Amino acid sequence: MVIKDTKYQVVVNTVLIILSLMCVMPFILLLSSSITSETALVKTGYRFWPTEIDLSAYKYLLMDSTSIVRGYAISFFVTIVGTLTSLMLTTLYAYPLSRKNLPGRNIFAFYIFFTMLFNGGLVPGYMMWTQMFHIKNTIFALIVPGLLLNAFNVIMMRTYFTTNIPEEVLEAARIDGGGELYILTKVVLPMSKPIIVTLVLLIGLSYWNDWLNGLYYVNRDNLYSIQVLLKKMMDDIEMIKKASAAGASTMKMPSISIRMAVAVMGALPIMCVYPFFQKYFVKGIVIGAVKG
Amino acid sequence: MNKKSTFVKWRRYLPLYLMLIPGAVYIFINNYIPMAGLIMAFEKYDYKLGMFKSPKIGLDNFTYLFATKDALNITRNTLLYNAVFIILGNILAITVAVLLNDVRSKTKKKLYQTLILIPYLISTVIVSYIVYGFLNTQNGFINNSILEPLGKNGIAWYSQPKYWPFIITFVYLWKNFGYSSIIYFATVVGIDKTYYEAAVIDGATRWQQVRYVTLSSLKPTIITLVLMSIGRIFYSDFGLFYQVPMNSGALIDVTNTIDTYVYRGLTTLNNVGMSAAAGFYQSIVGFILVLTANMIVRKVSRENALF
Repeated sequence: MVIKDTKYQVVVNTVLIILSLMCVMPFILLLSSSITSETALVKTGYRFWPTEIDLSAYKYLLMDSTSIVRGYAISFFVTIVGTLTSLMLTTLYAYPLSRKNLPGRNIFAFYIFFTMLFNGGLVPGYMMWTQMFHIKNTIFALIVPGLLLNAFNVIMMRTYFTTNIPEEVLEAARIDGGGELYILTKVVLPMSKPIIVTLVLLIGLSYWNDWLNGLYYVNRDNLYSIQVLLKKMMDDIEMIKKASAAGASTMKMPSISIRMAVAVMGALPIMCVYPFFQKYFVKGIVIGAVKG
Repeated sequence: MNKKSTFVKWRRYLPLYLMLIPGAVYIFINNYIPMAGLIMAFEKYDYKLGMFKSPKIGLDNFTYLFATKDALNITRNTLLYNAVFIILGNILAITVAVLLNDVRSKTKKKLYQTLILIPYLISTVIVSYIVYGFLNTQNGFINNSILEPLGKNGIAWYSQPKYWPFIITFVYLWKNFGYSSIIYFATVVGIDKTYYEAAVIDGATRWQQVRYVTLSSLKPTIITLVLMSIGRIFYSDFGLFYQVPMNSGALIDVTNTIDTYVYRGLTTLNNVGMSAAAGFYQSIVGFILVLTANMIVRKVSRENALF
């Protein structure tokens, strides 16, 4: 393009800088209030820059608070186990679907594709998991319902297999006498690293961020993941407000900075991983949305 | 085909079928049993008898549901919010995608892409903390650092319904515009540069280039994304409407959607029947809308249809 456009570049960059700042600044507010002393917070409110730096909220979280450490451990456990299981299920379902000559392949494809169009919703799902499978207040409640396998990921992986693994490679492996499981694990998967990384990130993100399963199926506080804990802490703020408005005594509640510190911790692993894998996130979003 | 070759063929494919089993079983449980469970909408649910054996009461749940003003309210909220989200969300995303593409510096381009996607990656619970940081009455940023210095009184945001349609829309756009911008951007990047060159030779202004080259190349993506969202117009992001307004009773008229209604009916109000009826209504109308949306895409541009 032939454009004499320093002025235009300035406009474009200004708009995008403003939008980028709008995306980042709220997190600065969160971070800043988590390292501000309680008295300063009460006096001046939440600020983008801490008026009096005080790290006691983090000290408290790491040293004295069992529930936060436990929540963190549960979140990590659920994310790791959930992601690995889900990746395995997705691969095992996507690979046969990628085999063009498998009889009945379309039936299995439709079987999972249909779940994108129609679903039973929360009420029957809730009744099934609690009444038939008695999942309430077990660790399975955080891993199994809804998150283990979804059609988007299967379609994404199948598309990758069909477009990136040449038929001849599979044929050669078969002639060498490799069984299907051998072909999948030793031939196909080593050639599929990009899609595996993308899926691990997308699935891991949905496990780390999930709080709905916790909300629906868990009400014992030793099973709260970090996100569920955050949700419950928010409820407590509201309850205490209502109680004190009604003249009840002030219960002990986590101070403002501690609450914000927990929120920071809840976002931290994503913020740490994201910059390094940005490319894969973007790729996953694009193929998931358009070619899915 | 003789018997032996059929046998050989089956033996060859058997491992592949075995691989499909775990996923198929999970999908059966997680998705298909609840579909059958939609029958709950026609039952007086009894916890002892369960989903399939509770006494059938015909359409009573629906009669009650649609006799309340809630039915109209949740339908209106769900549809209107989604309509606004679709229109504003796509306009914003396309604008950002076009701007991103025009950024000359590669480093900056990548930096902007990275930053605008951040809100999308954060859980709604954390988003609700951020919103609370801005809006809470005593120490919120807006009351303390904007309204007070201006000499204005603080606003009790969480009990004033009139502000929430704007707050919810703003939070939605903030959280999601990066995601759709990136999708549009991927298409814009793929547009053949020679189209622009030809347009420039023909004397097209920048706006004409956007209109005749960029937007017309984006048309298939726009159609796909908009129709997919229309197919989801009966669904809402539960967290956005429940957790971000902190489940505030004062705001319920403007924050209640089908999803929050179903959840409240199931848990706090303990009205399983009406909840199940609302869920059934959502599933069926949602299904019809997906099919209709897809039928329209097929008519307009076949290759962009979902199925």
